[in-house]
Amino acid sequence: MQNRSYRIVEVREQVLADNGKAAEKNRECLKQNGSFLVNLMGSPGAGKTSTILKIIEKLREKYRIGVMEADADGDTDAAAIGKTGTRVIQLHTGGLCHMDADMTGRGLLAFDIKDLDLVILENVGNLVCPAEFEVGADLRIMILSVPEGDDKPLKYPLMFSISDALLISKTDTEGIFDFSRDLAVQRALALNPDLSVFFVSAKTGEGYDEFCRFLDQKISAKRYLSAGKEEYE
Amino acid sequence: MHEMGIVIHLAKTLEETAREEGLTKIGSVTLDVGEVSGIVTDYFEDCWNYFRRKHPVLSEAELHIGIIPALTWCDSCRSTYETVKYGRVCPNCGSGETWLVQGNECVIRQIEAED
Ligand SMILES: Nc1nc2c(ncn2[C@@H]2O[C@H](COP(=O)(O)OP(=O)(O)OP(=O)(O)O)[C@@H](O)[C@H]2O)c(=O)[nH]1
Ligand SMILES: [Mg+2]
Ligand SMILES: [Zn+2]
Repeated sequence: MQNRSYRIVEVREQVLADNGKAAEKNRECLKQNGSFLVNLMGSPGAGKTSTILKIIEKLREKYRIGVMEADADGDTDAAAIGKTGTRVIQLHTGGLCHMDADMTGRGLLAFDIKDLDLVILENVGNLVCPAEFEVGADLRIMILSVPEGDDKPLKYPLMFSISDALLISKTDTEGIFDFSRDLAVQRALALNPDLSVFFVSAKTGEGYDEFCRFLDQKISAKRYLSAGKEEYE
Repeated sequence: MHEMGIVIHLAKTLEETAREEGLTKIGSVTLDVGEVSGIVTDYFEDCWNYFRRKHPVLSEAELHIGIIPALTWCDSCRSTYETVKYGRVCPNCGSGETWLVQGNECVIRQIEAED
């Protein structure tokens, strides 16, 4: 730094402040367009795409759905969603380990979301980084599959703390793996008592009716709230 | 992997600050990183040294990291204790009604810069 004179600037800003601002922009954009955004997170192979296919099957009659695929750089998941006739875009994270709010915002723009009621983001398969970066979603859902083990809440506490709902997936494999429902739920609720927990299997279909009813209620609630506000304004 | 994502955001925030304050060159950045923020500081420095070269304003910026100790507040006996040593359960009274009060932050404290 030779003999240059430097002045000291106090910053005191969170490193992720810019992400927070971008997330706020997304929330505003969603509100104005009357759309609901779900941020779906979980390890690679936990069952994110299978869950999206179930949501499409159960809620497509009621809501216009769009899916943003961020997982990996391939497009096999996007192709699977596309087969159902649902609108889907593939986002390329360029190897980054999570979606940030800015990239999500660009996805929302690309979608023209005023024509969509429900947008589902399949985040990158990872239990660490997506938890650190809010994207402005109305609902954060994480999936923990039975084969991953009931000790995941101990190892990845932040993901469990920031989620609104936990799907324990692949319950059809419970006989094969040493997985305790009670332990998993206890450990998750110790981190986050407000977590709504569902047991699901994409193979047998178990639990998805109940989960989709929950999701449906959350979407309706946002609509009532924003409709109510307009009347008062 | 996670550190890289944070470094990208750090660079964005710094470039914005430089623009707002009219700074041409940043000489050093001081970060306050919480003990339980999940950031591995050695790896963070490697990511920074790799990444700063891509940004003219930041290319010479040295990274200084200050560690903020993690402290937990116990609601039952109304005192604080060291989080890393004792975890979620209060060592004074055994209560689990405890909250982290500091130690998971990642804040830019100050930068040294040239106008
Ligand atoms: N037995 C069983 N297998 C399942 C279930 N759900 C998903 N799988 C299988 O698990 C694998 C991964 O499922 P996906 O839905 O693609 O998981 P994902 O989280 O989207 O995976 P990535 O996008 O690759 O990270 C596939 O082979 C699915 O067939 C389930 O409920 N039971
Ligand atoms: Mg997938
Ligand atoms: Zn106590």
